[in-house]
Amino acid sequence: MKVIKIDKNEWADGVEKLHDNYRLIGAVREKSYHIFATLKPGQKPEMEYVNSRISPKYVIYPQSEIILECSMDENDEDYKVYHEPGDKNYEEKAVLGVRPCDADSLPLVRRNFDTDEYKDPYWLQAFETTTLVGLACDAPCPSCFCTSAGSGPYNDQNLDIMLVDNGDHYLAEILTDKGEKLAGAAGWDKDTEQGAEDSIEKRKTGAESKITSKVNTDNLANQSLLDLYDATIIWEKAAFACINCGTCTYACPTCWCFDVQDEVHGRQSYRIRNWDSCMYPLFTHHASGHNPRGTKLDRLRQRFMHKLKYYVDKYEDGIQCTGCGRCVSLCPVNIDIRRICNMMNSYDPESCTCEVTAS
Amino acid sequence: MKSYTEKIKEISKGLLEEGKVDMVIGYRKGSVPLMHQPFFAQNQQEIDEFVWDSNCGLNLANYVTDRQEKIGILATGCNSRNIATHIVEGKIKREQLYIIGIPCKGMLDRHKLAAMADGPITTVEEDEEKGTVTISGDGFSETVDKTEALQQNCSICVHRNPVIYDELVADEVKEQTRDEVDPYAGVKEIEAMSPEEKWAHFDDLLSACIRCYACRNACPLCYCPLCFVDESKPQWVGKSIDPTDVRTFHFLRAYHCAGRCTDCGACVRACPVGINVRDFTKKLEKDCFELYGWEAGMSTEQRPPLDTYKPDDPEEFIK
Repeated sequence: MKVIKIDKNEWADGVEKLHDNYRLIGAVREKSYHIFATLKPGQKPEMEYVNSRISPKYVIYPQSEIILECSMDENDEDYKVYHEPGDKNYEEKAVLGVRPCDADSLPLVRRNFDTDEYKDPYWLQAFETTTLVGLACDAPCPSCFCTSAGSGPYNDQNLDIMLVDNGDHYLAEILTDKGEKLAGAAGWDKDTEQGAEDSIEKRKTGAESKITSKVNTDNLANQSLLDLYDATIIWEKAAFACINCGTCTYACPTCWCFDVQDEVHGRQSYRIRNWDSCMYPLFTHHASGHNPRGTKLDRLRQRFMHKLKYYVDKYEDGIQCTGCGRCVSLCPVNIDIRRICNMMNSYDPESCTCEVTAS
Repeated sequence: MKSYTEKIKEISKGLLEEGKVDMVIGYRKGSVPLMHQPFFAQNQQEIDEFVWDSNCGLNLANYVTDRQEKIGILATGCNSRNIATHIVEGKIKREQLYIIGIPCKGMLDRHKLAAMADGPITTVEEDEEKGTVTISGDGFSETVDKTEALQQNCSICVHRNPVIYDELVADEVKEQTRDEVDPYAGVKEIEAMSPEEKWAHFDDLLSACIRCYACRNACPLCYCPLCFVDESKPQWVGKSIDPTDVRTFHFLRAYHCAGRCTDCGACVRACPVGINVRDFTKKLEKDCFELYGWEAGMSTEQRPPLDTYKPDDPEEFIK
């Protein structure tokens, strides 16, 4: 790994140059919060923001995406014959200032879209053409718990470049070939002064110490799936409060479920992939009319069991959560994944009790 | 209102001990600032978790829909009006409920306070004597008048006291009158806009919508077993985030609430992206007030105006 120094004025100039080769996506202020959006030439991404309201997963996995189309005009060759849209554009794009927790969500989501059996061409092409320029996170939210969820404020494993804010300049770890290429296109190549790696390490320790909130996950794999499933003490009160909206799942960087809909607009038909949510009554609603998750409790349980038990058992690589804290701060009825995770981890099926933490 | 908590616990304990109810619905302390959790208590230990302050801004009427138990429920002015609406619409029976009335002084606007703060809020302190709210976090602390920090629907509320109840937790609070506050000032501003300005206003209003349906699901009126947006035979509305479909959802939902909405503000409070959903519902509330002299949920006897027909219904507006 190479570390270079990017003065902040060089950063701005470099970003401008990158417009020639990349579609640039960065954090911009939308009313009272930040979202990730395509930057216009001259527009700078905001770097000093507390994480974006909704995760940037939609850069690679849009909330609504046309995956196939056909004509509904019988004179056309593609009359009722679905094919990939001609205008699919997988141009090179770069996400500037993405946080490590969000970058760390991508390999988790990839597990759904890239298996030995099935390869999702849309997700994979979008992912492969994306360069992630992350910014190490020095100001975590009180609801962040990345350090106990397999991520961390300075986690660089899933970034192409990681920037560390060091006052008037960034220290930039060039982590992959994609990162190297982008740094080259931006003209960033200045050597660092001595001790750069030490300052990164020092800042990393400081950032990690600010994250005081955590989840306990060490016992999740040992727990019996059916015991957790039947643990009324975990589900009953949370399910009562839950209003079954999709806030948690839509804000989440790791939720991957989708629904496919056909829509006809004029003489054109579109097959659209939309994000789905396990909170919704139509989720897993069978054509027979039966829904194995027919109640609010079933749906709430599905969300947490998927992230914290089924996923844990299936992939044996931690939980399906990177601790970004969005669902914690946005849930309108304060269902806190940290509390639920700790309850699941500590559940004792003999006594039907569990540890209840404040958060 | 913090002082209400002990009284709420006392009444709730009595209700459970005497077997008058099977559960009491209230709030327990949330794990993040400005956000308590709707909660039901069935024993003394659970009752001890009850809390009441200015962060209880959802609508508890949403939690009694179609329930069969005997229920004790906390109810502010707007919550009680939604309970009355539920009774009129057959979603719960009056005799199933023991309504613990809360004279309400308004709820804090979590979106507004988050926007005011210079970073993530870690603590919120309310000084009831001074009438101030202090929000603080890493490196900042800001004190504002509570009147500045209230949800907009609360600051213009003219029914702070419950309209139906079995027992009050405190003396009634002074009501604001329509002379003191104009509940429709916001609507009038939009009404005064040109069609182009209105289009731009609503376009901007809904631009951030992610169709998570938090507004719909937080609303006690939205109890349809299958919402029109979820129907597929026929499919009334597309499910993507196409702006036409997003608008259709919001417009139709608002119309379904016409004459039934109590302006409780739960929709706005629940919205993760801070959309003022009340821009739709408040206009319809105003129309119902002006056309029919109707305010929703003021009695358990009368059905909402758009739900009934009378030969002498006003009709000047039908042209």
